[in-house]
Amino acid sequence: MRTMAIIKRILRQLRRDKRSMALMIVAPLFILTLMWLVLDGDTYVPEIAVVDLPSSIVKSLDEQEAEIRHIPEQEAREKLQNKELDAMITWEESKPEVLLEGSDPTANGAVQKVLQQAMKEKAAKPVPEPELKFLHGSEELNLFDNTGPVLIGFFVFFFVFIVGGVSFLRERTQGTLERLLSTPLKRWEIVFGYLGGFGLFTIVQSIIIAAFSIYVLNMYMSGEFWYVMLITFLLAMAALSLGTLLSAYANNEFQMMQFIPLVIVPQVFFSGIFNLETMEPWLRAIGKVMPLTYGGEALRDIMIRGKGFAVFSNEVYILIGFTILFITLNILALKRHRTL
Amino acid sequence: MATVIELDHIAHSFGSESVIKGINMTVDKGEIFGLLGPSGAGKTTLVKIIVGILKPSEGSAIVLGTPMPSLEQMKKIGFMAQSDALYSELSGRENLDFFATIYGLSKLQRKQRIQEVLQVVDLTSEIDKPVEKFSGGMKRRLSLAASILHQPEVLILDEPTVGIDPVLRQSIWEELNVLKEKGATIILTTHVMDEAEKCDRLALLRDGYVIAQGTPKSLKQGIGVTTIEEAFLHYGGAVQ
Repeated sequence: MRTMAIIKRILRQLRRDKRSMALMIVAPLFILTLMWLVLDGDTYVPEIAVVDLPSSIVKSLDEQEAEIRHIPEQEAREKLQNKELDAMITWEESKPEVLLEGSDPTANGAVQKVLQQAMKEKAAKPVPEPELKFLHGSEELNLFDNTGPVLIGFFVFFFVFIVGGVSFLRERTQGTLERLLSTPLKRWEIVFGYLGGFGLFTIVQSIIIAAFSIYVLNMYMSGEFWYVMLITFLLAMAALSLGTLLSAYANNEFQMMQFIPLVIVPQVFFSGIFNLETMEPWLRAIGKVMPLTYGGEALRDIMIRGKGFAVFSNEVYILIGFTILFITLNILALKRHRTL
Repeated sequence: MATVIELDHIAHSFGSESVIKGINMTVDKGEIFGLLGPSGAGKTTLVKIIVGILKPSEGSAIVLGTPMPSLEQMKKIGFMAQSDALYSELSGRENLDFFATIYGLSKLQRKQRIQEVLQVVDLTSEIDKPVEKFSGGMKRRLSLAASILHQPEVLILDEPTVGIDPVLRQSIWEELNVLKEKGATIILTTHVMDEAEKCDRLALLRDGYVIAQGTPKSLKQGIGVTTIEEAFLHYGGAVQ
């Protein structure tokens, strides 16, 4: 009943604090929408200048998805300098030579792809076009779909960490924690009250964020919606227990913010937004102690690969394990304020 | 009279810094006992030991026959901290309702007790406003109300009248006397000398030591002075 009283109080406080509520719900939607606008765009169409190329090559280049400009070399070089062109192709000793603008990897890649395609079609015996089949995902799967599941998990983790951590910190700085500890309330009752209050709020938060991403922004989704809920909820619990634990080591809100570059940002690198395969094994091991690594992996299994519980059950248990660890440490950390 | 609080050779230190040194003291049922001393004398630490938030490094604190800290005894103790310790987003009533639930009062009891304590501290009209809109004095009164919701046998107040105007201070003292009449034992800390005169008994604290204790009258008469202030200076000087 005393835990219930804390849950009720936290939900009331959240309802009064419209700004924090907006931060936890509107901010993720806003950033996801921006991500969608940026990452979900069409494929890059490079602008290429051709100088004195054999007409057959120009013809097959024209058929590619690229804007081909026929201009003199001098003008093309100037335009490359001004970043108005992505590449210039000239004919040197019976083979083409390509000068890339070079500062943008996306543009470089696009130019090379166009060239390869054009040369292949020009070859004497055209290689038969391979038929592509997808085990998971589809041809349409782009960067937004690929990183989206991790982003959903990340936003829930980040905002619950901050808001939960700061509210627990304020409980200490405004003296209410000491006041609570002067009552027969047990330490675990306070911690579970926090988990309950923010847990309930997080369920609503995750439903809104996931539903918006999947149904409004059309993020690729081939699994069960409630699995997504399960993982985001577990991530939120890990974030909340970690945030309240770390708040014990911050003296004010500003010091709480200082945990972001230390605790939150490194998790992003290992969460699967960037490909981990190319990393050194010892470096990859760092990711093993981070909750977001497991949350991100499970969310991709569900949303992109459409897997069932058996596939991501390990991740679920590990996330629960993290939460139990942080809760235990938190209850022990409260001993600093009351030994009993 | 029955002894409610018994402090036996209490000493406490934070790390290597010793804050309280060898304090012996008893408080009887139904008295208002004052802890008087300058800031840094160890009043708040001593109070936290009695409440059960701190476990003393040495010695024992016995409240109503049980050594502290004890969760069971905490139900019988009311505590008003130096800071107001209220949730500013919530209304006054919601704050009281929260603390009453923590103390395990049923819904009906809560409604009834909230009404009663609001009358005691005279806050009935503005109780549904959020606490962030309260004045300093109103917050102090709400804090007091929150500490007496569960009808504690022992009420411990840390600087209850600091930063409060004389009229309100007067009314808080009236409330304390009413609670005393009902049989509550009250311990309060203060550094205001004239307030100390209103206590039944006093302990003068300085640098973690009790330099003198007794009724205000006996403290003054014993050394032939007319104010507590003079008495404090006299005893403080004697220690040095």
